[in-house]
Amino acid sequence: MLTKRIIACLDVRGGRVVKGVQFVDIIDAGDPAELAHRHAAEGADEVVLLDITATHEGRGTLLETVRRAAAKLFVPFTVGGGVRTADDAAAVFDAGADKVSINSAAIARPQLISEIGSSFGAQAVIVAIDARRGARPPEDAEVYVSGGRKPTGLRVVEWAREAESRGAGEILLTSMDSDGMRDGFDCELTAAVSELVQIPVIASGGAGSAAHFVDVFGRGKADAALAASIFHFGVTSSRELKAQLAQAGVSVRLPC
Amino acid sequence: MIAVIDYKAGNLTSVVKALHYLDAREVVVTQSPEAVRGADKIVLPGVGHFQATQLLADLGLTDAVRNSIAKGAWFLGICVGLQWLFEGSTEAPGTPGLGAFAGMCEHFPPLYMDAELKSPHVGWNSLEQIRPDSRLLRGVANGSFVYFTHSWRAPVVHATAAVTYYGGAFTAAVERENVMGVQFHPEKSADVGLRVFRNFVEL
Repeated sequence: MLTKRIIACLDVRGGRVVKGVQFVDIIDAGDPAELAHRHAAEGADEVVLLDITATHEGRGTLLETVRRAAAKLFVPFTVGGGVRTADDAAAVFDAGADKVSINSAAIARPQLISEIGSSFGAQAVIVAIDARRGARPPEDAEVYVSGGRKPTGLRVVEWAREAESRGAGEILLTSMDSDGMRDGFDCELTAAVSELVQIPVIASGGAGSAAHFVDVFGRGKADAALAASIFHFGVTSSRELKAQLAQAGVSVRLPC
Repeated sequence: MIAVIDYKAGNLTSVVKALHYLDAREVVVTQSPEAVRGADKIVLPGVGHFQATQLLADLGLTDAVRNSIAKGAWFLGICVGLQWLFEGSTEAPGTPGLGAFAGMCEHFPPLYMDAELKSPHVGWNSLEQIRPDSRLLRGVANGSFVYFTHSWRAPVVHATAAVTYYGGAFTAAVERENVMGVQFHPEKSADVGLRVFRNFVEL
């Protein structure tokens, strides 16, 4: 049976892993390569490295960090941040990533999705969507770019559908309303997107307990869920989290 | 020598990295039929469209692989590389596969048991009904999880060495003498995947 994936996320700034609350208030959490290996060893199904300031400050992706992290990593490895062209993506793949996550650059130039997909396959392209909706219904959630700084006027549901039609392999949906709050995922928004597209939807933003994951895999219809702060400060490991999910009836990769 | 065939279907970095990690000697990434003829092991990775395998015929690699296999070289196809071992795929009906195994690869059905079936099939799923005589899967237990990402799948045949269930059973691994293939990605399947690679390297 296909299992629900737990994806460890490393938000990287200046070569260090950091974790913010609602995209600001940055706290240092360690070395990316070391943390990537630790997450894989502790049962994460995938590892994502997001260079959270790359777009904002116009820097390229930290290829050396990627290379170090990928060296002994034998689970799927995604890199995002600062990938603006198919050449940027090629460099990230060459450094050892399996997938790239694109966000602002895909909004600016949607054909980037198919450009990367045609060379490296659709499975290698994740379109990341930063969503904010406040008290509005999920259908009215709006896409933000540049690390959550700029509203685009685009509706999340429309952009998700377009990304799929242009050949995205997966969607990484981050609720900015929930991010860093450890108060639970936005299950309504996740379900709205997951029901709309055929490709897998990775839920992100708000993980604080195992119950939140049970909720987003059930009510939220997510195929995978991403967590950062829940792991970094020893709240739990992926393995412990998955044991709790299995007890709650969620199908996960165990032993791992 | 292990020849890893580069036919411009995606990214070979992870496969080569895993082989090096296992101390495989003389790993060569190549498009040359001569290199394939000289190899005692051949790996055909591949993600993406079945159409990309047309390049194998165009470069003379299909014949080189066929000859090498006939002379006893070990062959491992990964993902599209497994699918290529069959007669073809509905993904690119005009591009024949090697035909080592009977049947066509087909897209996952949109519905299974009256429920919507998402595709691609992405993520960790289990290997079942592992053939006890499989050399490639030696030491891998039924129920072990491996990583998949694909929308087309190969049928279950006599040479199937393990199946996986998603919208019914499909061939997750195939093996007949020196010809082997896996639909999953051993280079991305943690310890289980490394075990499969190690089994192949040590043949």
